Parts: sequence; structure tokens; C-alpha cells
Amino acid sequence: MSQSIIHSDNAIERAEQLLAVQRRRQNISLAIRYTILAVVGFIMLYPLIWLIGASFKTNSEIFAGAGFMPESPTFDGYAKGWETSTPYTFGRFFWNTFLIIAPKTIFTVISCTAVAYGFARFEFPGKKILFASLIATLLLPNVVTRIPQYLLFRDLGWLDTYLPLWVPSAFAGDAFFVFMLLQFLRAIPRDMEEAARVDGANSFQTLIYVVVPMLVPAMISVALFQFMWTMNDFLGPLIYVSSVDKFPVSLALKLSIDTAEAFEWNRILAMSVLTLLPSLVVFFLSQKYFVEGISAGGVKG
Amino acid sequence: MSGDGRLLGFWYVLPYLIGLLVFTAIPFLGSLYLSFTDYRLMQGASFIGLENYADILTSDRTFTRSFNVTMLYVLITVPLKLAFALFIAGILNSKLKGIGFFRTAYYVPSILGGSIAVAVLWRYMFADTGLINMVLTSIGFEAINWFGNPGTALFTITLLRLWQFGSAMVIFLAALQSIDKSLYEAAAIDGAKPWRAFFAITLPLLTPVIFFNLIMQMVQAFQEFNGPYIITQGGPLKSTYLLPLYIYEMAFKKFDMGYASAIAWVLFAVIMVLTLIAFWSSKHWVYYAGDKRS
Repeated sequence: MSQSIIHSDNAIERAEQLLAVQRRRQNISLAIRYTILAVVGFIMLYPLIWLIGASFKTNSEIFAGAGFMPESPTFDGYAKGWETSTPYTFGRFFWNTFLIIAPKTIFTVISCTAVAYGFARFEFPGKKILFASLIATLLLPNVVTRIPQYLLFRDLGWLDTYLPLWVPSAFAGDAFFVFMLLQFLRAIPRDMEEAARVDGANSFQTLIYVVVPMLVPAMISVALFQFMWTMNDFLGPLIYVSSVDKFPVSLALKLSIDTAEAFEWNRILAMSVLTLLPSLVVFFLSQKYFVEGISAGGVKG
Repeated sequence: MSGDGRLLGFWYVLPYLIGLLVFTAIPFLGSLYLSFTDYRLMQGASFIGLENYADILTSDRTFTRSFNVTMLYVLITVPLKLAFALFIAGILNSKLKGIGFFRTAYYVPSILGGSIAVAVLWRYMFADTGLINMVLTSIGFEAINWFGNPGTALFTITLLRLWQFGSAMVIFLAALQSIDKSLYEAAAIDGAKPWRAFFAITLPLLTPVIFFNLIMQMVQAFQEFNGPYIITQGGPLKSTYLLPLYIYEMAFKKFDMGYASAIAWVLFAVIMVLTLIAFWSSKHWVYYAGDKRS
């Protein structure tokens, strides 16, 4: 009896020793970790810091050193870059970008919420097959459907309008968002909806007055991701938008590196900064929604 | 919801069904059909059977080159990106002060993602006298002609996508943080070394997210367009002429829609085969908690 008590005392001591060794190891590894994190963090952020600094440099200074601080800061890049070599200013291109993004984001949030609600809360014939198709479209590379889509939109007379960019999003075109909302919906208990139904609310009223208020954070995540993706989208406008007066910023930027402006580096870098700015501002204002969104669904990027 | 009828849920899903048919399913089959035709814009389609495929697989040297470059790009980029994302997530997954700051800093490049502005930035950074070469020469290395050399040109695009490891990392990190800490304590008491714990506990529990990230990153890498289009324009010597670039030029520059569709289907077939291999093999290496197998 007493022997076994001594034995277990030894075991506790041994475990404590082990823990102490572990703690010491942890302190060393902590220093290594911070070093790696700091170095990687620097490499991650320096290109962007350099970009911002370089946009205030003169053209001759940009390729003269690796530092980011401009010697004599100038707004030349911004002032002249804003004017562009086209008859339009960058203001026009930002406005066009907004015209693409706003309807697309609104359509996406509404359609994906309705579809996710349908999948999460109802049983209906063919649901399993439809749900399987949702997963399949997630994995389907856009590259196979792009050409017929183009021909379809051409036959509808939609080329050189924003309709090809807007309309698919009104039909829950990004299956990923339906998934994301589904994940959130599954986590919301149904008690409130049951109560609303008992009180005589129909399913649509339940959606609007009970489900949507609880789903708002998820819907904000969807809107933010769609904002970012559309802001970054290049191939879509490249294929469908051909008149310069309808260009979004992504096409305008591409245009500026193709024209004589290519040697006006600071103008191009300045406009690059402005192009990245909306995404950065939105991200920093709403970080928690991003983290929630990614954790819920997993995200491409 | 019984009083509302059995089809009620269907009405909510209807927009998706319409979109699926009009914008996905019909175009999907349409492009398969187009791939068997000689279809030039303005002329209409004439059925030519397997001729496009025969051309692609036997006599199209641009395709062969583009295909090889694409495979090389995917095989380098995806494993590197996943390994790096997992490595950093592992470092972040401990009680560190400032973890929020680092997570944000690493995620920012992913937010800017495929933005043209970032591709433009890359073009300047890797230029002959650009930022990268200035740093290299200042620490005693020789400047590299990044865009003049087939090997390094492709690597600049890989680096661009590696720079955006943040989204994969955030998914890894969330998975790491959901692992029950008592498992590690039990392993430590049993005398397991940390690396042993990593291979016996962490890695098996992470396999579902590794699988998810692998599929997503692979499908995405095969469709890389913005990088080569803006940074290298497919050059030099077509060393960065990835298949999506070839498809784009065939379809929207030469308006040879039939041939472009056939290339798209070959690319699609490659992605599908690799995805199926991943799914098929997953039952041997992906571990789902609560699963009877161990």
C-alpha cells in the first residue's frame, strides 16, 4: 500500500520534471517563433509598403534604391495618373467599378440567403440531387463554361454591358456563398422559427423577421467577400466590357501599362495604390467578419 | 412547415436551379458540343468530330508546351503553398502575444488576391532594376534577369501565389485551434516527444483540411490567368504560357471557339482526373474524427 503511494509520488515528480523541461524548451522555441514570424511578416508587408512609398517618388527615384521613403515626396504620380491617357479620369473608372459591384453584391446576398434558407430548413423532392450539384459547381472550373456563357450573352445582346457580370449573381451564381450561409444557418437553433410559425407567420415572414436578423453577420461576410472578389475580378470585365468609358479600374490599370504611360512608373504605381485602397479599408474595418466567414466555409484566395 | 406544402422549399431554391441550368449546366454541355466543332465567330459551328482533340494531342506544339508548363506550375506552386501555410499556422498556433497582428499581416496579401494592381506591382518588383534585384545586389548577390529566363519567369508567378498563402493558413489555423489540448497533455505524460505528437496527433487530425485546401488550391492553380497575363504575358519562349492563357487567346483573340473549347475540356479532364485521384486516395489518408477506422 505505502509502496504504491511512494510510487505515485515519484510519478508526479517525474511528470513535473518533464513539464519543467518542456517549459524551458517552450521559451527557446518562443524566441525562434517570433523571429520567423517577424521575418515572414516583413517579407509579406514590405512589397506593399514599398508600393506606397514608390507612388510618391519621382520616376528616376523608383528604380534607384530599395528603400521605401521618397527623398522628395511628390503627388505627381497621383495627379497625372488620375488624369490617364484616355478622355476619362480614374474617377470615372472607380464609378464604373462601383456600378458593377453594388448590384452584384446586393443580388448575391439576397439570392444566396434565400437559397441557403431553402436548403437548410425544408425538405422537397430532388433536394439531394440539387445539393450534390451545389458541391459539384464548387469544384467545376469556370474555364469550361466561359465560352458558351460568352456566346449566350452575345446572343442576348449583353456584350459591352454589365449584365453578364450582374445577372448570374441574382441566381446564386457563386455556390460558395450558399455554402457559407448554410454553415451559419445550421448553427442557428430553430426554436425561434418554430415559435414564429406557431404564431401564424408564414415561411417568408419567418425568413425576413426571424432568420435574417440572426443571419446578418454572415450576410455581411458574404457581401464583403463578394466586394473583394468583384473588385479584383479582371477576366470577367476583360471578356465582356470593351468600351473604355465602361472600364472598371482593373481594366483601366491594364490599359495604362499598355500605353505610353508605361514609362511613367509613378503614375501607374499611384493608381495601383488607389485600386488596392478600397479593399484594404474595407478589410481593416471589418476584419472579424472575414475571420468568421473563412472559418465557417473555407475560402479560396 | 407541413401546412406550407411539400414544394415550399423548392421555391426558395428555384433561383439557384435556374442559374444552374442557364449559366452552368447548359454552357457545360454546350462547351462539350463546341469542342467537337469548327466554330469561328460569325460563321457558326460545323461538326468535325474528334478533329480538334486529334490536333491538340498530336500536332499542336503550343499546346504541348503550354500543358507541360501548366503541370510544372501546379506541381510546384500547390505543395509549396500548402506546406508554407501549414508551417506558419503551426507557429501561430500557440499562446503568442500579437498573434492577431501576425494573422492579419499574413492575410492582407490574400485579400488583394488576384488584383491587377498586385500583378503590376510584381512586374515592377522583379524588373531588371526592380526592388528584388536591388535587394539582391545590396547584399552581395548578382542581379537576376527574372523575366528573361524561362525558369525564373514562371517562378515569379509561383512567388506571387505563395505570397498569398494567408487564406489557406487561416483555415489551417482554425483547424489547429480546434484540436483538443488534452490529447497533447496525454501524449506528453506518455513521454511522447513534440515531433512525435505532431505526426501522431496533429497531422492526422488536420488531414481533412489539408485535403480541402489541396483540392481548392489545385483547381485554382490550374486556372491561373492574371499572373502570366499581366506579369510575363506568357513569355519568355512561352515558359509562362499557362493553358488558361492559351484558351483565352484562342477564344477571344482568334475567335476559334471550337478549338478553344476542346483545350478547355482537356484542361477540365486533367483537373477532374486529379480531383478524383485525390478523392479516391483520401480514404487512405484522410482521417475523420468519430470514424471507426484509425
